Amino acid sequence: MKRSLPIAMLLALSLAPAARAANEADYQAAYAAAEAASEEAAGMRNQWTTTVSTLAAAKKAGDGGDFDRAVAAAREAEALAKASIVQATSEKEAWKAMEIR
Amino acid sequence: MKARTSLLLGSLSAALVALALTSPRVIAADKVDPVADAKAFQNFFFQKFPDVKHEDFVNGPYSMNEDMKRQWQEKEEFPPYEFALDAGKEMFSTPFKNGKTYADCFANGGIGIRQNYPYFDTKEGKVVTLELALNRCREANGEAPYSYVKDEMASLTAYMAFTSRGKPMDIRIPDDPRALEAFENGKRYFYTRRGQLNFSCASCHVQSPGERIRAEILAPALGILNAMPIYRSEWSGMGTTSRRFITCNSQTRAVPLEPQADEYRDVEYFLSYVANGLPISGPGARP
Repeated sequence: MKRSLPIAMLLALSLAPAARAANEADYQAAYAAAEAASEEAAGMRNQWTTTVSTLAAAKKAGDGGDFDRAVAAAREAEALAKASIVQATSEKEAWKAMEIR
Repeated sequence: MKARTSLLLGSLSAALVALALTSPRVIAADKVDPVADAKAFQNFFFQKFPDVKHEDFVNGPYSMNEDMKRQWQEKEEFPPYEFALDAGKEMFSTPFKNGKTYADCFANGGIGIRQNYPYFDTKEGKVVTLELALNRCREANGEAPYSYVKDEMASLTAYMAFTSRGKPMDIRIPDDPRALEAFENGKRYFYTRRGQLNFSCASCHVQSPGERIRAEILAPALGILNAMPIYRSEWSGMGTTSRRFITCNSQTRAVPLEPQADEYRDVEYFLSYVANGLPISGPGARP
């Protein structure tokens, strides 16, 4: 019983996926997804300034070879863009709640 | 079987009658009614601030706070927009290269007409603002258009507003479905939340006028454009209506639209129409 615990822990650790550094392909994929969401938001005339600046930060990090930072920024930019799309979609009707009648 | 059929038919008839009775109400609620909108808009502010004289709403934050009003009245003795006003007067009367002037482009030679802008151009099918009309005048006379957010445009509109001071805002909505649509689009833009801060124009200027946002006191939406253009201490200079909309958008972390975008033209139309009857007070000065 005493021996089985360390063995189980070793087994669990060996099966856990090792955290690896992001590579250029990861960055390209994350950036493309963020850019597509950002373009969709811009098409709805509801772009956020933070989406633009975070996307720019992702590109800068990617161009500098810091893919971990670039992927993190691209994912954040994608989340911001998607939030702005949700906002624009819900506001198509929600604005009426604020109207003075 | 017969009983069931008659019951079904009876229910169906009752449902149709109910639908017929309720439908007109639904249509009425969705109908664009600028007159009713303007009345409701003005009443909202008149009731919210019963001690503010109606014509004082055009003075923005100064109508909301006695201390600020006194400071502003002192400031008006040497108004910060005076340089722009002088520059605007000179620009207005200086002929273009072809010998014509701005006066040739406007009714009444451009004097005392600020209260009629923006207007709905039935030929173009769009709202035309004073800033847009000024640049069109320049282009029609072979001159390059001015930036919508910089000093020259602010100076010109300052002078034109000054010649219209005290005249009641008089915006017309012609009997044209496109004009009603522009009004409705402007209204929608005004109430729509945008930017990462999830603010609409109304979040500040309907829900919170008189309240502080950081160091500033928010102006009421009613009559907010009657004072345009304005000298803002925050900007250390003059600003046009275009600049005001763009700055508001940026402050909510929304990417601003291009100056004189349809949305901005429409929201100017809406805000000006609901301020009908209130005097032009531009050019104004703001903290």
